[in-house]
Amino acid sequence: MVITGKVWKFGDNIDTDRIAPGQYSTEATEVQAQHCLEGADPDFTKKAKPGDIIVAGKNFGCGSSRERAPQCIKDFGISAIVASYYSRIFTRSSINIGLPILECADAAEKINEGDTVEIDLDSGVIKDLTNGEVLMASQFPPFLQSLIQAGGLVNYTRKKLGKEPLAK
Amino acid sequence: MGMTITEKILAAHSDKETVEPGEFIDARVDRLMVHDGGWSTLGVFEQIGADRVWDRDRLVLCPDHSIPPNNISSANQIKDERDFARKHKITHFIEMGRGGIAHAVMVEEGLILPGELGIATDSHTCTYGGVGAFSAGTGSTDAAAVMALGTIWLKVPPSIKFVYHGRLPDGVYGKDLILYTIGQIGVDGARYQAMEFTGEAITALPMSGRFTMANMAIEAGAKNGIVPPDATTIGYANARADRSFTPYQSDPDARYAAVYEWDVSKLRPQVAFPFSPGNVRPIDDAGEVTIDQAFLGSCTNGWVDDLRVAANLLKGKKVNPNVRLLVIPATQKVYGEAMREGLLDILLEAGGAICTPNCGPCPGRHMGILGDNERCISTSNRNFVGRMGPRSSEVYLASPAVVAASAIKGRLASPEEVI
Repeated sequence: MVITGKVWKFGDNIDTDRIAPGQYSTEATEVQAQHCLEGADPDFTKKAKPGDIIVAGKNFGCGSSRERAPQCIKDFGISAIVASYYSRIFTRSSINIGLPILECADAAEKINEGDTVEIDLDSGVIKDLTNGEVLMASQFPPFLQSLIQAGGLVNYTRKKLGKEPLAK
Repeated sequence: MGMTITEKILAAHSDKETVEPGEFIDARVDRLMVHDGGWSTLGVFEQIGADRVWDRDRLVLCPDHSIPPNNISSANQIKDERDFARKHKITHFIEMGRGGIAHAVMVEEGLILPGELGIATDSHTCTYGGVGAFSAGTGSTDAAAVMALGTIWLKVPPSIKFVYHGRLPDGVYGKDLILYTIGQIGVDGARYQAMEFTGEAITALPMSGRFTMANMAIEAGAKNGIVPPDATTIGYANARADRSFTPYQSDPDARYAAVYEWDVSKLRPQVAFPFSPGNVRPIDDAGEVTIDQAFLGSCTNGWVDDLRVAANLLKGKKVNPNVRLLVIPATQKVYGEAMREGLLDILLEAGGAICTPNCGPCPGRHMGILGDNERCISTSNRNFVGRMGPRSSEVYLASPAVVAASAIKGRLASPEEVI
């Protein structure tokens, strides 16, 4: 699948409290989505649109295990995140819930805020259509790829239990 | 080739002779804990469509983030957990008033023992490494899959060995050791790796200090933190165990991705400045930082040892008029012990507000949220932007001794200043 979107950039060590602030922790999911990344940029959800892409530095999603962090980004409609690398729990949870995340060491340096980027989620090729840069995301290990292809951990587990997959 | 304690536990739980760092395994889970922060696990479990929980004795449901409930939605989330526990006849639903902060309850009640494998919907699940268990936090979806299958996929982490030589000076604790460590290696210095804590200073640490250190392994990005069991661990575990357990030790020829060795005999109390647990400096370099609130509690430092350290400094003294001191014992047992020992009297006399065991203001939900531009010195584990309140508020992380001294002085202060 190929996606295209406008880029919003974030720095290193964007923690889960900045992504999904604690004060909204018991709010409805649609409310939480409207506050996603508020701790890093209070105007983010006013500026960004569904389909946009996040490009970040290293250790994105560090901190808490709150699944609301990747979930509120997904629910807002962000189509993919490209970061140098992610925290361990954020990696697991994003793959589990089907939020496309890509690891690319050069993205934060080569891609600028506001650029339009095209990502082939299958091959991992990232094209910055604004400045012409072409980057390659690192490949996930085969096991994680099978989890991604299953559409996340719910359907992967349903398969293990001999049940039909749920529609996305 | 030898294995580390982490590798041995993972091998034993995936029926393998050996495991290698980087290897993917399907591991049996001895204990799964879901708190109210992981409430959405229940909904995902329904989506997975399993007929039943894999083992009703091995799941622990322990609301701790919002107890007593602070609004209607948190009340309903906890009600959902309670209803789920009844419907599925879950052995360990731990009601408020009978438990407290889940991680503390897990180790205190022997729900997790040396050599076991624990998973929970909280990043500070790594706390159980203090008792020589492998434990790691996950999101709700991972927990729901464990609830259905009793197993979890794990990537075997490389291990980093930390050797702390020497005896800690008076007034310096496990909290200072772990803050110092994170300050040295950074908030991603152990990303996806196991942190193994060893050395003379660790052997001398009480269990509470070991839990503090393992608890904050996540703040260096680690998958798990672990203290190999010794006589202190075995004594603690035997006093709680209702089943046999296997303590593991790292082999002498085990492989480590890195080894750090520090002489900590002259270590000073440490403080993590906003907005990162890695932004650490000795208290002597803190400068003049006034505070509005002091928080003594959390899964990091809510133990009776911690309350005792604070009470010893606050005895016969008053909390600074410009400061609110919040005291939250980690569990009901800690609360009772502190009460019987007279610690709560001392803290009350000093002007402390003592609250019922729960996570308190640490995750920014309730019971001590900060106002605009306010500063809090805290024994908890995180000082991210907006952690305990608005973006303009600040959290400083330190030991119970530094928190008590600062509460008296009204500014960041070293314990020696109030003795």
